[in-house]
Amino acid sequence: MEQAIINGLSGLSAGAQALDWRAIVMIIIGGVLLWLGIKKDCEPLLLVPIGFGCILVNIPLADVMGMKAGEEGFLRVIYNMGVANELFPLLIFVGIGAMTDFSPVLSNPITFLLGAAGQFGIFLTLMLALALGFPQLDAVSIGIIGACDGPTAIYVTSKYAPHLLGAVSVAAYSYMSLVPVIQPPIMKLLTTQKEREIVMKPVSQPVSKTTRLLFPLVITIIGGLIAPKGLPLLGTIMLGNLMKESGVVSRLTKASENEIANVVTLFLGLSIGATMAGSAFLNPQTLIILALGFLAICLDTVCGVLFGKAMCLLSGGKINPLIGAAGISAFPMAARVVQKEGQKYNKKSFLLMHAMGANAGGQIGSVVAAAVMLSVLSGMGVI
Amino acid sequence: MDNVTFAVTMLVCGMGGTLVTLWVMSLIMSGLRRIFPYKKEEE
Repeated sequence: MEQAIINGLSGLSAGAQALDWRAIVMIIIGGVLLWLGIKKDCEPLLLVPIGFGCILVNIPLADVMGMKAGEEGFLRVIYNMGVANELFPLLIFVGIGAMTDFSPVLSNPITFLLGAAGQFGIFLTLMLALALGFPQLDAVSIGIIGACDGPTAIYVTSKYAPHLLGAVSVAAYSYMSLVPVIQPPIMKLLTTQKEREIVMKPVSQPVSKTTRLLFPLVITIIGGLIAPKGLPLLGTIMLGNLMKESGVVSRLTKASENEIANVVTLFLGLSIGATMAGSAFLNPQTLIILALGFLAICLDTVCGVLFGKAMCLLSGGKINPLIGAAGISAFPMAARVVQKEGQKYNKKSFLLMHAMGANAGGQIGSVVAAAVMLSVLSGMGVI
Repeated sequence: MDNVTFAVTMLVCGMGGTLVTLWVMSLIMSGLRRIFPYKKEEE
């Protein structure tokens, strides 16, 4: 009987005994992510479940990410249900499409090009990752942090470098929330006082309903024909937008932007956190990925502003180059940063609607860049 | 495929492809705006 009691007590202490330093560090990291989400309001919808998932997976012997058939942990079930098969990011894209108003980019379609310039960081970071010795598909997944678009980064990484999912997702979402801190110094550094003070004419005219309805269809068909490998990304965001613009399926639109997006965000966050087991996450590679992710977003901003400067030059000084910084996917945060910076240098400057155009262009641009990249990879026979 | 070839191909085809795709999209959307101009009665 004594032996049975001792055995029973040893069962209660087994978890604490199995706790190694990696698990302790990761539990602390999970706590930091929770703190960032709850106290600092940094992407709380994602960082809270990611942080909690990270804590759950690092508690020893619980085996919440267990892989044995028939004994799969609950987080493994959620992971297999929607991350391993890329379903969750796509469902989130339907919600994003249903939430996003693309009118600013439609009323000034040239801002699509600013959305393209904001994707340079993806390819430059990819090259840097290759130079640092990452395998090709890992480098692609690291570069995609520069899309500044969480679901796109998760989609690509879960497909081609699932072992990097935790680091890439944390980098993507953390840096997205830091856009208001990262961008302004770069914007100031690359522009002159005179350029920052340029007042742009108000956005000309509204867009007809027919154009807004045709937009998602045209983007899906053209994008799908050019980059078929990325059609799931483009198709889902455009489906959401078509539902919103049609106005005839408001129940589906509301479900996509609320219930479906909320449930999927919870599952996605938990699953990503669950990939952050100490043994896999705590290595120099993770630190390099976090640094490269930061660089990717800086490079996006640099290239966006430089493209804005080129447009300023070509337009005879009618375009404020600051709006180039909004050509990334962090919507509408990047546009707000541009408006705030523009106002800082000229109280008469109202750049918000122009920046929203570039920002909506960046939203499409990031998806198109990922789609094009996947199709190029397919064409080269890498995937 | 060696890394240099891979990187240059990705930069040229990937970034070039992204720019061209978005440029084509902007042209088409500009065209659509002209074909279907905004009418006040839509409000």
